[in-house]
Amino acid sequence: MGIAVSAIGFGFVYGLSAREAGFSPIEVLAMSVLVFGGASQFAAVGYVASGLAWPGIVLLTALLNARHLLYSAALAPWLSKVAFGRRAVMAHLLTDEAFAISIGHFRRLGYADTWGYWMGAIVSTFIPWTLATLAGVILGGQIPDPARLGIDIIFPAAMIGLSVGLLTGRREVVAAIVGAGVGVAVALLTSPAVGIIVGGLVGPAVGLAVPARSSHETAPLGTTASAQAFGMPGTHAEQRVDERPGASAEEPR
Amino acid sequence: MSTDLIPLAFLMFLVTYPSRALGLLTPWLDRLPRVGFEYLQLVGPAILAALAAVSVMVIVSDDGTPSFHIGVEWIAVLACLAVTAWRRNLLLGLIVAVAIVVIARNLGLAEIPT
Repeated sequence: MGIAVSAIGFGFVYGLSAREAGFSPIEVLAMSVLVFGGASQFAAVGYVASGLAWPGIVLLTALLNARHLLYSAALAPWLSKVAFGRRAVMAHLLTDEAFAISIGHFRRLGYADTWGYWMGAIVSTFIPWTLATLAGVILGGQIPDPARLGIDIIFPAAMIGLSVGLLTGRREVVAAIVGAGVGVAVALLTSPAVGIIVGGLVGPAVGLAVPARSSHETAPLGTTASAQAFGMPGTHAEQRVDERPGASAEEPR
Repeated sequence: MSTDLIPLAFLMFLVTYPSRALGLLTPWLDRLPRVGFEYLQLVGPAILAALAAVSVMVIVSDDGTPSFHIGVEWIAVLACLAVTAWRRNLLLGLIVAVAIVVIARNLGLAEIPT
């Protein structure tokens, strides 16, 4: 529910911004369905409004969305048994939100719940995002001063809120703090897109330096208890524990 | 109704999809050594925290120069973090974050972004 609200708020603001930049509703819809990447769509609005040439926009989009490679690689071990065609479709729906929901969900359960992925990617993100962007571009003119409504804070708040579900031990906390610090520092020296990618690469490397025995896991993932506490309704950790990548059923992580 | 930007959307899709698909469709990734798998599991917290931090701490001027930003947005994001961790409820965290920003901006305690 929180993710859907985040997608609606962020999508509506994107629609407003695109409207201001002269995008038509069909162009906004094409961006949302084809690109389906909030940050890069936002950036593209600014680029188009400033008159940047298309090759530059495409290059910056590739850079901004390069972080999805990390998401994709992180999910790959979990989804390796899913049919190639379905993984190809899953890839297009892979966003910050879909990744955070699904990786946390898989880790808590101890197996890849593909139904959970579709729910997180389509119901909680794709549909609300697409409809909200359309609403923003069509209805935006009736909102005098959207910044007063604080909608711009929804995206960063949602990102930090999503990370909470993944902070299950000292390693994860260290990775998050270092990722944020390095990300900001590099962003100030280069650009936000580069900072986010470098933070996402360096944070986990430093997190790994925390010895596993002192990582103080507060909610061991892949166990029945964590699944009952955090799993999507209707799922059970006792099922298919042997499908967890990199671990056996006798050795829960 | 203009359709001039639809080809641009398609080009943006063409450069975005490979980064989304490469990991998922590369066969050897499911045979990663354990350390590789553990590294990838830490990517989520790191990159989500980086996204949030960069979004509220770095602003980019019209000429493309990034600069450090201090504002009520920090408090809102930290409040969302605290509420979400405490109540295990992201929606409640988002409501608190938005409320803080709305109140601060409408009372003139924080500047309104342009």
